[in-house]
Amino acid sequence: MTSGHTDGQGLKGRVKRNGLIFIILFVGLGLTLLRFTGGIGAVTNLSDRNPWGFWMAFDLLCGIAVSAGGFAVASAYYIFGFKRFHVYVRAALTTAFLGYFFEVIALLYEVGQPWRLVYPFFLSQGTTSVLFLVGLCVALYLAVLFGELLPALFERLGRKKARATAVRLAAPLAVIGAVIAVIHQSSLGSLYLIVPSKMHPLWYSRFMPLFFLLSSLFAGLSMVVVEGGLAHKFMRGCADDRHVRDADRAVPACGKGACLFMFGYFIVKCMELVASDNVGHLYTGYGAWFLLELAGGVALPAFMYFAGVRKGRTNLIQGAAIITVLGVILNRFNVSLVAFNYNLPAAERYFPSWMEITISVFLVTLLVIAYRSICSQMPILRTHENYEKEIQ
Amino acid sequence: MNRRKFLSLTSAGIVAATSPVNCRSASAAAEGHPEAAGVLHDSTLCIGCRSCEAACQSVNAAILPKPENYKIPEKPFYDRSVLATKRRTDFQRFTVVNRYDIEDRRPVHRKFQCNHCIEPACASACFVKALYKTPEGPVLYRPELCVGCRYCMVACPFFVPTYDYNNARNPLIYKCTMCVPRLASGELPGCVSRCPEKALIFGKRSELLKIAKERIAESPEKYVNHIYGEHEAGGTCWLYLSPVPHTLLDQPEVGNEPASRLTSGILESAGMTAGILSVLLGAVCFLGRRHKNGAAEIDGARASGGGAHTEVFEGDKEDGQ
Repeated sequence: MTSGHTDGQGLKGRVKRNGLIFIILFVGLGLTLLRFTGGIGAVTNLSDRNPWGFWMAFDLLCGIAVSAGGFAVASAYYIFGFKRFHVYVRAALTTAFLGYFFEVIALLYEVGQPWRLVYPFFLSQGTTSVLFLVGLCVALYLAVLFGELLPALFERLGRKKARATAVRLAAPLAVIGAVIAVIHQSSLGSLYLIVPSKMHPLWYSRFMPLFFLLSSLFAGLSMVVVEGGLAHKFMRGCADDRHVRDADRAVPACGKGACLFMFGYFIVKCMELVASDNVGHLYTGYGAWFLLELAGGVALPAFMYFAGVRKGRTNLIQGAAIITVLGVILNRFNVSLVAFNYNLPAAERYFPSWMEITISVFLVTLLVIAYRSICSQMPILRTHENYEKEIQ
Repeated sequence: MNRRKFLSLTSAGIVAATSPVNCRSASAAAEGHPEAAGVLHDSTLCIGCRSCEAACQSVNAAILPKPENYKIPEKPFYDRSVLATKRRTDFQRFTVVNRYDIEDRRPVHRKFQCNHCIEPACASACFVKALYKTPEGPVLYRPELCVGCRYCMVACPFFVPTYDYNNARNPLIYKCTMCVPRLASGELPGCVSRCPEKALIFGKRSELLKIAKERIAESPEKYVNHIYGEHEAGGTCWLYLSPVPHTLLDQPEVGNEPASRLTSGILESAGMTAGILSVLLGAVCFLGRRHKNGAAEIDGARASGGGAHTEVFEGDKEDGQ
């Protein structure tokens, strides 16, 4: 079921790949040991002026943005009734679940005293903090995502009755999940509302919550396309023929959705640029960087999506999806690292250490391994043989 | 009412709910606690003797961590050569004095420590309420609650809270406490008590403001007409007089809006958003299903020649235009 020989790779390729994975895991475990014996300072370049760095930007902001595919696809299928998306529901929910799960793992590295992470819920609720809202959403949404994946789990375990109940719960859970995810995605933008004096005016905006929500929607839908492409290339053994066929057919639907949200995002970004009187900043270095993010990371892939959907060219849509994901990652890095503390002298700015980046690579590797083993064990990219009749 | 109408309503709802609904006026700076204590630093009187640094160190030595290979002070407190290097507070010291050499005048000294805001950003940002504002003035910290998320450090416009990054077992936030234990026993804060030039005055914030304004009025040629901390970030308990613009002393322009007002709107609207969204999305979901089932029935009725449902179907369709 899981084996690699259907992956279209030679023995040599697999040995090379497994060797690389082994090295990443080995170094990652070593650095983990260093983090928990030497403290955060032993592996990061964080300082009193730069308290949040690469982990916050990549593991949390980017990780959660691309995990939005789960709620976007589940909402499209269960709430808005777009049947095309059915093929992606389980894959996207699995990604979202793992994305959120590994966000929590990343938090264990990120906060100073991870064993106290339950304090905000049980001991002392800091309700004036946006971070409290973020934490609450992570905890609730993780539970909802688990509930949404129960049908697949019960199919694997052969529990018919339990599965029937879980299936009936799918639509209500999709509604609850969508509500929590909307609040969560926007609240990640709200995190930075508190630092108007520390952030470059081109990125600071009262509308950051809206920007984060909209961009997470197209990031999530694009990630679904990217991931579908990768899964069919490298995990063909986990998918059945119907899944591959339906997924290829559903690519334009994701493209349409992403294109629409990108159009809306582009408009509100431009409106805010004019409304907050920031056009003058465009003629600076930061302005050029901002334009690169907006033109290269949003306008260009939106146009590619549009052309790809019109002409029915799947590879153009897939290319657009990759650029979109990279564009949103660039945006999150810009907000949290480039625009933040922009007025400090260069010597006091932050640049990540190789160890921070390696720990993130380590966590992503663990996520991919988890995704592969879930897909090989559970009916995520295929229909379980007992329930084939249910799907028209 | 059908799905399409709901879709437009829902999208409008999402936009409305995720947009800031911060309508409160930010023009009036917060009054806070009228009896709150504070300190006025007059940098025209400060000679950069570092007595305040030494006093702070001796008062707080008991609560500061002492890791190996870390020496505070890096130079003895009587050595004034370090004033020229740009130093900041860290987990080993709650205050530093820096010297700013400005052309055509004698150097200006600026003292740096927690400003004890009237509405502190750090307390507003703390998700376990480890940081909190006391009515007496000081912004205090409960180390036993701190998770170490460092959002307070992100939020503070003055870069005050510091972190013990190299501690794996009990890393904590460190910052000035305005010497709360000493205040409780009727003593002055350490730094104020040891200042030989009376550059630091302790008192009620309201009275300190009066003194500061009088000094500016008496000798306007000596001071810039700005009391740093009067309105900054909604007002701070520490106030600063300077002979040169405050930005030259690394006292940043942070705006006058208190931090809590920057996020209260979005936090208040989060619950509302959740409520409205669940109703709207639930309705869309439910209506969609009903519509689908209804359509199936109609299809069945058509096939068997029944015409009664057709009107309903047509009407529904019109509704959707």
